[in-house]
Amino acid sequence: MEENNVKNRYKAIVIGGSAGSLSVLFEVFPALKPVLDVAIILVLHRKYSGDSSLSDLLSTKTFLPTKEIDDKDPILPGHVYLAPADYHLLIEKNHFFSLDISEKINYSRPSLDVTFESAADTFGSSLVAMLLSGSNNDGTAGLKAVKDAGGFIIAQNPESAQMPYMPQSAINKMDMDLILDSRGIIDFINTINQ
Amino acid sequence: MIEDEEIDLLLNDVFEIYGYDFANYSKASLKRRIIRLFALDKFPSFAELRYRVRTEEDYLKRFIEEITVNVTEMFRDPAFYKVLRTEVLPILGTKPFIRIWHAGCSTGEEVFSMAILLQEANLLKKSLLYATDLNPSVLEKVRKGIFPLHQMKQYSESYIASGGVKDFSTYYTANYGQAKLNEDLSEKIIISTHNLVSDSSFNEFDLILCRNVLIYFDKDLQERALKLFDESLGALGYLALGSKETLKFSTIQSRYKQLDKEKIWKKTM
Ligand SMILES: C[S@@+](CC[C@H](N)C(=O)[O-])C[C@H]1O[C@@H](n2cnc3c(N)ncnc32)[C@H](O)[C@@H]1O
Repeated sequence: MEENNVKNRYKAIVIGGSAGSLSVLFEVFPALKPVLDVAIILVLHRKYSGDSSLSDLLSTKTFLPTKEIDDKDPILPGHVYLAPADYHLLIEKNHFFSLDISEKINYSRPSLDVTFESAADTFGSSLVAMLLSGSNNDGTAGLKAVKDAGGFIIAQNPESAQMPYMPQSAINKMDMDLILDSRGIIDFINTINQ
Repeated sequence: MIEDEEIDLLLNDVFEIYGYDFANYSKASLKRRIIRLFALDKFPSFAELRYRVRTEEDYLKRFIEEITVNVTEMFRDPAFYKVLRTEVLPILGTKPFIRIWHAGCSTGEEVFSMAILLQEANLLKKSLLYATDLNPSVLEKVRKGIFPLHQMKQYSESYIASGGVKDFSTYYTANYGQAKLNEDLSEKIIISTHNLVSDSSFNEFDLILCRNVLIYFDKDLQERALKLFDESLGALGYLALGSKETLKFSTIQSRYKQLDKEKIWKKTM
């Protein structure tokens, strides 16, 4: 019983990134195992809205099925989901995505805080939230919510980040469970729930 | 922390006292909006928010305005408007009369964008645009046709990206930081409250636009709304949804054919 609980502990990894985060993902994705038992949910600030080619690009870097999210898509383990540009991404208790077009938060839509907070509410202690490179402080409040709900929080090592400001802001505000560079992120994801 | 059960109680009050039914809305969005309102209006406890909603009809008005999301733009997703311009309007133009329904039109930016497209295609005179929303406050703004001037630069860019070739500033008069859209654009707009949860079909349309409204509904309510649109569309009518909304989960899908990559479907039977 106990062991079963430890195994499959995590159901989702939400990765938030801004400027400088794509190069991390391009390094991490090709090194991921082709089968995982968690869902990977990417929320990225993007320069150009309305551009859906990023999910096509990401899907060439991994064996995991990758798609840009449509409203009410189900969240399935082993899949990679990319938040669409210009919508906030929310997570329903019955493990569906909802999109939301409300006001920008931290000058951003999607906002990392919004998805981290919503995912924390749904997944509680079975959530991992990861904050990558970026030059604003979106994500810090969201990581706090994840931590408060019993989730596991990770920041990219600011020394390895193209834009250290965003992960550093979070590190300054709270204790991270882990601080990792790309290599560490790969190992973490590949051995999750083992 | 606000618990899900507390939110259910509050929504239940709103339904029993005022008849607005939010039971099948996206819970994640409602919760976020209610937490936001709770913080904005500095309630000391959730019980106090609930009491205010129960007892003050004026506050209920604010509650509805704040928990629904009214963000909208003119010519949002220019590529979508381009397909309307080049593929849909030429076909609608062959009809003696064109009826369009904007369901969940918010403050009307989308309706005025459509009026501009119709005017440029010389079709506005034989068209009627029905603008509906559940929230009476946003409809007041549609009636006025006045929008913040500082947004016009971006709207002008989107207008051009949608294939517009005029000087966008000829469509409005600037005054004290406001842009008043030309009166002739409003002439064919009919404004009314309509709740997609509880009101039924009220006419037959050639084109129905319901963009970024269904994202706030759960799948069951989406299906009900889509059936309502299906009933309200004439043969070979068009249905337009928001850029991340889809018919793929709906039973009506089999009767519709999607145009290009845009979220526009043609009813085939
Ligand atoms: C985000 S706005 C969309 C505005 C516009 N269609 C657009 O895409 O830019 C959503 C609108 O849906 C309206 N709405 C929400 N629930 C509704 C319902 N049950 N019936 C009618 N309108 C509703 C809200 O009041 C709000 O104005």
